[in-house]
Amino acid sequence: MIFNQEIIKPENLVYTKTKVLTDNVMHYCPGCGHGRIHRIVAEVIEEMGIQDKAICIAPVGCSVLAYNYFNVDSLGAAHGRAPALATAIQRLYPDNHVFTYQGDGDLAAIGTAETMHACNRGENIVIIFVNNGIYGMTGGQMAPTTLIGMKTATSPYGRDIHLHGYPLRITELLADLPGTYFITRQSVHTPAAVRKAKKAVEMAFQNQKNKKGTSFIEIVSNCNSGWKMSAPDANKWMEENMFPKYPIGDIKVDGVKVSK
Amino acid sequence: MAIKGAIVVDTERCKGCGVCITACPKDVIALAKSVNGKGYNYAEMVNGDCIGCAGCAIVCPDGVISVYKSKIND
Ligand SMILES: Cc1ncc(C[n+]2csc(CCOP(=O)(O)OP(=O)(O)O)c2C)c(N)n1
Ligand code: SF4
Ligand code: SF4
Ligand code: SF4
Ligand SMILES: [Mg+2]
Repeated sequence: MIFNQEIIKPENLVYTKTKVLTDNVMHYCPGCGHGRIHRIVAEVIEEMGIQDKAICIAPVGCSVLAYNYFNVDSLGAAHGRAPALATAIQRLYPDNHVFTYQGDGDLAAIGTAETMHACNRGENIVIIFVNNGIYGMTGGQMAPTTLIGMKTATSPYGRDIHLHGYPLRITELLADLPGTYFITRQSVHTPAAVRKAKKAVEMAFQNQKNKKGTSFIEIVSNCNSGWKMSAPDANKWMEENMFPKYPIGDIKVDGVKVSK
Repeated sequence: MAIKGAIVVDTERCKGCGVCITACPKDVIALAKSVNGKGYNYAEMVNGDCIGCAGCAIVCPDGVISVYKSKIND
């Protein structure tokens, strides 16, 4: 278009996709938060100059193919076992930057034990925990994080605490473990939120560089397909419904719980 | 002198999710009437009000927006 011609020149470029993400087209549904979360992690890796030291441990879940997008060495873990695999790799290569990338079904259901024990051992790893309140990959089943009353394929009348128990705030539980050094909950649904979440990711990798123990970043995200909404509506619904249960902010900084 | 911005959308990779439209403070973006090879109505600039804030690009899940900014003599 005519109004662009003077502006679109290489010297005027202010933002483009980082090279730490490959050019593969992501398989995620239109509007899914996973792509944004990948990007902030990749941008931090680029800015810290640690691309050749970063090792991604991909989960089972929608982000099972994360290694197609992160332009770093990667491994796929068995469902929920990413923190165990990350433990092994980080211990073998203590100066590398091993991070896991896991959904709520992976991390807080089948992988609860691995998550708890890796954090309790204070493994020097970064855990990126994507909480979308649902099993996205398998078609929208109830997760431990599913909200009370929320309808899913396996809670068609809404989550009922008498039948299904309560939504699990695993992030707050992990803050009680002495091994965790940095614990925060972020989101990526607005430009400001993305910038804040990116700062948290950077803090996590810096802690790892300084061998501080486990850094754990929950990102409350949308699964617009599983929630059966458009992406913009899902982001709004998330603010109104997910954030009251999963409040955004730091939970533990420099090994000390943040008083609320 | 005015600060002017512009975006370039990789239209073949855009999935038409509309998240960039919600994020833009200047209502610069809309979904095109035509579709890309995957059948998605892709995002495009519809006016010259862009300030180059990069908000759209930062929230684009697929990283398909590049942002340019420069001082332009009015
Ligand atoms: C051992 C094993 N059990 C169950 C499954 C089926 N399964 C695949 S992904 C998934 C849950 C994914 O949900 P989540 O971790 O929240 O990721 P999301 O897709 O929401 O990002 C399950 C139960 C499996 N692949 N392997
Ligand atoms: S099913 Fe949900 S989590 Fe998976 S790609 Fe689609 S929107 Fe994202
Ligand atoms: S946010 Fe990205 S993928 Fe979605 S419509 Fe805008 S440019 Fe396309
Ligand atoms: S750079 Fe800012 S003003 Fe320009 S289209 Fe994107 S969000 Fe709108
Ligand atoms: Mg999930």
